[in-house]
Amino acid sequence: MSTPRVLEMRDVHRTHGAGATAVHALRGVSLVVAPGELVAVMGPSGSGKSTLLNLSGGLDRPTRGQVAVEGTVLGQLGRRELAAVRRRRVGYVFQDLNLLPSLTAAENVALPLELDGVRPRRVRAQALAALDEVGLADLAHRFPDEMSGGQQQRVAIARALIGDRRLVLADEPTGALDSHTGEAVLKLLRARVDAGAAGVLVTHEARHAAWADRVIFLRDGEIVDTSGPLSTPEELLLDGRG
Amino acid sequence: MSVRHGLLALLERGSRYGYQLRAEFEQATGGTWPLNIGQVYTTLGRLERDGLVRPLPESDGGQRPYEITDEGRNELATWFATPISQADRPRDELAIKLALALTTPGVDVRTVLQTQRGATMRMLQEYTRLKSRADEPADLAWRLVLDAMVFRAEAEVRWLDHCETSLIRYAPPAPRPVIANPTDESTEEVRAR
Repeated sequence: MSTPRVLEMRDVHRTHGAGATAVHALRGVSLVVAPGELVAVMGPSGSGKSTLLNLSGGLDRPTRGQVAVEGTVLGQLGRRELAAVRRRRVGYVFQDLNLLPSLTAAENVALPLELDGVRPRRVRAQALAALDEVGLADLAHRFPDEMSGGQQQRVAIARALIGDRRLVLADEPTGALDSHTGEAVLKLLRARVDAGAAGVLVTHEARHAAWADRVIFLRDGEIVDTSGPLSTPEELLLDGRG
Repeated sequence: MSVRHGLLALLERGSRYGYQLRAEFEQATGGTWPLNIGQVYTTLGRLERDGLVRPLPESDGGQRPYEITDEGRNELATWFATPISQADRPRDELAIKLALALTTPGVDVRTVLQTQRGATMRMLQEYTRLKSRADEPADLAWRLVLDAMVFRAEAEVRWLDHCETSLIRYAPPAPRPVIANPTDESTEEVRAR
């Protein structure tokens, strides 16, 4: 079992509430994402897509089962250690970009590293490099409201990828962007994943999911279908177990 | 679309012989619509019969080029100006299949839906991969053809999602009881009213 994996979910359940009113947001989901792999998650509203993403990034804890990021099982971590994993290893891109309006693009991108106590000079250099990678080196000192929606989204992606983050989680990252800008964002995500990151993309648009190597469909908290390579890492995982 | 109008459009660029037409047709459609040379010559024959193209003298190599006539140009202009109506397309086999799956005993419609969605999604992934490779400005025509396929596949996935949602809300009507006594039926009908 030497398949490298950035994200590994094993038989993950997430139940909200208890008893008769319990809501089973996820029921027994297993998912492995390797470096260089982009997995899209589709499914109707309420099927568990966002729960899956939140659990992957340690923003929520499973009721049962295990989530591991780069081999670290999140359930075994204390609050501070978990927060450190979230800051150092996981990058998030949300539909509402969560860029701070009073900070420049470079400052927004630098924020996670700064919070982590990295030396300012190194932070600045890395932030500029991350912006350069998304083609925004020239706009590093602009404020979010001086940029277009597509440019802001690229800043959010640069922030998600700064440092050594290997896991990128994206929740409807193309939001309200027009089809060309949305496509550019996906191309960028794809390129980063091709360069060695692992990505999970939640989307309701098949056109966007099509950029992924695998597309999984969730229904009522379960994976009902996978389209992609025939032999998925989960199958290998389950084979290895049995 | 017909091969006929495709060939007219290519001849509008200048005279061409059969093999050139075939190669350019396939290039224009990104190889998604392969033609055999027989089809090209049959179509040219019909176009000539209808006065839309005319043959030119054979070249030294024994190739006979064709050129478009004024009537051909009119036909082509009309084709570009006329929207394609739904009725010109082949019947939607998938919609018919699903409609039948819904009413055929023993068929799990959700499985039919999921199988189709998986297949369509795989096609969509394939088109997207092709598209990301066609990045040069010169690839624009090919990219637009790919985009058409992408959007069509996407529409199909959305429609399948919609079918699935409808299916979840849908409670099949209770099977009609087998009526042994015709008077029962009449009383039930009265009650229903």
